[in-house]
Amino acid sequence: MKTFFSELKTSLLLTLVFAVLLCGAYPLVVWAGAQALFPTKANGSLLTDKDGTVRGSALLAQNFSSDKYFQPRPSAAGTGYDATSSGGTNLGPTSKKLSDSIQAAVVAYRKTNGLADNVVVPADAVRSSASGLDPHISAENAQLQSARVAKARGLSLEKVAALVAAHTAGRDLSVFGEPGVNVLTLNVALDQVAVPH
Amino acid sequence: MNSPNSWLQLALYVAALLLLTKPLGVFLVAVLERGKTFLDPVVRPLERATYRVCGIDPEKEQSWFGYALSLLMFSAVGMLFTYFILRFQDHLPLNPQNFPGLSPALAFNTAASFTTNTNWQNYAGESTMSYFSQMVALTIHNFTSAAVGIAIAAALVRGIARHSAKTVGNFWADTVRVTYYVLAPICVVFALLLVSQGMIQNFKPYTVAKTFEPYTTQVPKTDDKGQPVTAPAPKLDDAGKPVVGADGKPVMVDQPVMMDQKVDTQTIVQGPIASQVAIKMLGTNGGGYVNANAAHPFENPTPLSNFIQMLSIFAIPSALTYYLGRVVKNQKHGWAVWGAMAAMFLVGALVCWKFEAAGNPIHQKLGVAAADGNMEGKEVRFGIFNSALFATITTDASCGAVNAMHDSFTPIGGLVPLFNIQTGEVIFGGVGAGLYGMLIFVVLAVFIAGLMVGRTPEYLGKKIEAYDVKLVMLVLMVLSATILAGTAWAAVTDWGQAGLNNAGPHGFSEILYLFSSSVGNNGSAFAGLTGNPTNGDWHYNVTGAVAMLVGRFLMIVPILALAGNLASKRLVPESAGTFRTEGVTFVVLLIGTVVLVGALTFLPALAIGPVVEHYLMQAGTLF
Repeated sequence: MKTFFSELKTSLLLTLVFAVLLCGAYPLVVWAGAQALFPTKANGSLLTDKDGTVRGSALLAQNFSSDKYFQPRPSAAGTGYDATSSGGTNLGPTSKKLSDSIQAAVVAYRKTNGLADNVVVPADAVRSSASGLDPHISAENAQLQSARVAKARGLSLEKVAALVAAHTAGRDLSVFGEPGVNVLTLNVALDQVAVPH
Repeated sequence: MNSPNSWLQLALYVAALLLLTKPLGVFLVAVLERGKTFLDPVVRPLERATYRVCGIDPEKEQSWFGYALSLLMFSAVGMLFTYFILRFQDHLPLNPQNFPGLSPALAFNTAASFTTNTNWQNYAGESTMSYFSQMVALTIHNFTSAAVGIAIAAALVRGIARHSAKTVGNFWADTVRVTYYVLAPICVVFALLLVSQGMIQNFKPYTVAKTFEPYTTQVPKTDDKGQPVTAPAPKLDDAGKPVVGADGKPVMVDQPVMMDQKVDTQTIVQGPIASQVAIKMLGTNGGGYVNANAAHPFENPTPLSNFIQMLSIFAIPSALTYYLGRVVKNQKHGWAVWGAMAAMFLVGALVCWKFEAAGNPIHQKLGVAAADGNMEGKEVRFGIFNSALFATITTDASCGAVNAMHDSFTPIGGLVPLFNIQTGEVIFGGVGAGLYGMLIFVVLAVFIAGLMVGRTPEYLGKKIEAYDVKLVMLVLMVLSATILAGTAWAAVTDWGQAGLNNAGPHGFSEILYLFSSSVGNNGSAFAGLTGNPTNGDWHYNVTGAVAMLVGRFLMIVPILALAGNLASKRLVPESAGTFRTEGVTFVVLLIGTVVLVGALTFLPALAIGPVVEHYLMQAGTLF
């Protein structure tokens, strides 16, 4: 019994000591370092407009559906691109629901972008991402959307292609990961281009 | 698989892991066997103060039983600590979103989950947990459950190395030293690296952003009390046609009323994510801050952050094999164990990669590019290769963090993580848990080798006798039986089937994955399954929690008993007939033992889940 109580006392005290150090001091040290060294990133890489209104995060996809914008990947986060409800469809390979939704998305993608019925559609354009907030689309996907965006905005295809290239993140250190086009920052850049007359 | 760049990434990963193993292993020896470290000037005073405050005598060695008792007491206290914080988070500070306290069943499941290093999550972090709950109730276990795992591994290794001894070390000193010298210092540096990639670390309330293109969506209408409004509407069959009743009129059923909602804002999650993610990965915990876990751009912003996170999962488990070699004074044995782990890891990664890259023929027939592979539930910045690699690593280890949704993997791509968990997570494995799990298989392999040549098996100078093998079999059988019994029960009950997100064999796989992941203390999921339904059904919460507790503590106690028994044995001199626990023969035998035990136990269940689904997918069958 004596051992029992001494073990209990040690357990309680060590839990409290750990709570103070690992749950109090540790996150505060990281917070101080992060805010001092990388303040923008530590606060969510937020995009603000001229009057200081927050318009989004460079790391999180938003819904875009009109022709003049590049469109992000389909999202299963909440009712779509809900950043408080991240997640994928979690539908499996033999799911009819998934297959139906992909079929509809393929048809819609071809129609929106004026593509022929035999054009193969990039997988990322019609399949939901894991987070529902994937900020990127593949280069092929961006290329297939470029003509539509250029036409809707009255811009040359070269100008749009140049912007796409400028907002393409390459592989980290030229090795890691896959290249992707950041849809949100690209669309913001498009809005800032003066329309030629 | 024809991208040279992906092969280069794989080579870099293995090379980085190999380079880390020795230096980190040497450091672990110094920490666990009380040598000097370069951190002594800073950490030693803190360590001494902790012993003084808590009444710990670090020099007092414990028997296996005393060690187990301390461990169980510490875990029980920690679990209650977390349970009560979660239940009453609405009365605690740092809750800017005003989340309510958790229900008893969900709090029990979550407390068990984090205490056992599982981090199974029946909740979505960003819409459930206050900053205080994340930082205190959950993060404390990310540290302690990892430290405890390493402590047990150290106790078992000491049991193997010592002879004619009564003790296996001091639980308190092991736990404190691992936490202060290894986990916490690495995490500070690691967390800042992650922030440099775009991970967030703040205490602000969620940010409401004004989006660029407002749109209208349909949401269920709710009344003043927040309850969904329903109205009678014609019942539709699967084809979308109204069902006609016996009286010739359409059958009417109550259905939720939908209303238009204009969406012109996006609420952006904030919080202390980086500090939690660092220990979540390094301690092979895996519990995500947000629901999408390491797939969320805030929890894994870049491919580089992804690479470092993958490396951090295997870093300590890999270094522990070096620790093993050093302490038992047979470095070749340590490397042989490493080799067996690395070989199984590579095979798993390649199989998973191959099938994810091949993609889904059903979708390809609809016009989706075949060359892109199976991108459902994957992020563009990681692509097929890094998603498959991450899935293999997180389930080889008992981590369970995910950067892609395993539920949407191809059948065989999803079988790899599932089978990895079912082998007992001994392919590098969880911190400490991987090594002590693998040593169980080493004892079994030595025993089998002894039977084949007809002599008493020996392991590093100790005779392996009936009592030792009984303990090993106890561990293996309790774990397998819990997985299969839990799966069988859920699969035939209403509560079990109610939670499914997929029909057909994939639904069965969701249940099998839940119980494998819970017992294996992994925490990754075929996440479509709803474990915490809105109707308050407690079955998945409670059975899952019990499975996690069984998987952790019914493994640990026999392992500590084995450590105590091995420590007490006398050394027998090596002879010409001694089976050598190093070299290729041993590696092959060890791999064979792991795969065979896993296969014999789980092949029937896998056959009616992912295997049959693979053939159905090839045939184009849908559910």
